[in-house]
Amino acid sequence: MTEPENDEGIVLTEEQKRRRRARSIAIALTLGALVVLFYVVTIVKLGPAVFNRPL
Amino acid sequence: MALVSEGADLAATARPDVRRSHAEPSVAGVEDYVALLKPRVMSLVVFTALVGMMLAPGGLHPVLGFTALLCIAVGAGASGALNMWYDADIDAVMTRTARRPVPAGRVLPGEALAFGLTLSAGSVIVLGLLVNVVAAALLAFTIFFYAVIYTMWLKRATPQNIVIGGAAGAFPPMIGWAAATGEISIESIILFAIIFFWTPPHFWALSLYRVGDYARAGVPMLPVVAGAEATRRQIWIYTLILAPIGVAPVLFGFAGFVYGLVSVIGGALMILLAWQVRTNREGPAAELAAKRLFTFSVLYLFLLYAVLLVEDGFGIAWRFA
Repeated sequence: MTEPENDEGIVLTEEQKRRRRARSIAIALTLGALVVLFYVVTIVKLGPAVFNRPL
Repeated sequence: MALVSEGADLAATARPDVRRSHAEPSVAGVEDYVALLKPRVMSLVVFTALVGMMLAPGGLHPVLGFTALLCIAVGAGASGALNMWYDADIDAVMTRTARRPVPAGRVLPGEALAFGLTLSAGSVIVLGLLVNVVAAALLAFTIFFYAVIYTMWLKRATPQNIVIGGAAGAFPPMIGWAAATGEISIESIILFAIIFFWTPPHFWALSLYRVGDYARAGVPMLPVVAGAEATRRQIWIYTLILAPIGVAPVLFGFAGFVYGLVSVIGGALMILLAWQVRTNREGPAAELAAKRLFTFSVLYLFLLYAVLLVEDGFGIAWRFA
């Protein structure tokens, strides 16, 4: 790999930017889905007992 | 083993030059990471796990059932990614697998390894915390069995690779059953045994007409190291064991009349096709017989599990009526 001539470091091509964005969106959607899943499972497993805690 | 090291050398020279270092930006798309999960294998795993879960006594809340299936699917995908990380050298020289993300250079081996390990740990932990520990332990064992025992050890070491490695593919219905009940039972062991004894005739039929691919990659598949004749004999023996095990769910009382009919007719056809493989030894007839057995074996396994699921569904409907 040749050294870049300017100080900007590695410059991504449009294709690389597009793929990075797609990967980022996929990770975000996965994490969001996990949050929803954990929330729903908590409600299912605990039910009304979710409120049954010392305040 | 000479065969394996020759294959490894070949694999090293045949690798494409599309290589990037960790310093370079990734060119992998989302579809490459999806491909690492082997979605087709994953769909079969989800299907068989669902059957195990539905047949199990007692009810699992649909949300927990969905969570268990998700974890089993992700665990299966994770072991697929670990397999692709370790087998990139073999994949590069086989026509069927040369375009996979790692041998094609789109995903670095280290990236595939990290992806596989993360998903393995995640799926096992979530299954253990949200469903139950027995199912999680079985899932962890299955991933270990596929990635380490099969991929890293047996696949390159012995022609019996797929017999013992086939156990990894047979565990999902057992995990599904354990997710619903928290235990292992004779019924789930039978569901395991059906897939376990189905695997050798299925894959050896494929390897009979793909023998060149495996020889090039240095994988000691049975036809490569023991010859086609020994493979045909082994296919015959395993099919004779498989057919009665296919009927076992009726004998143990967790399948009904329709399943009995399908398993007897399907088992008889498997035996007939295996006999044709055994007796047609040369030329296009031999290849045709192997292809027929391979194709029908997929339908046979699918039908057995689908009928179990449908019968169970009708049983529930009948009980509610």
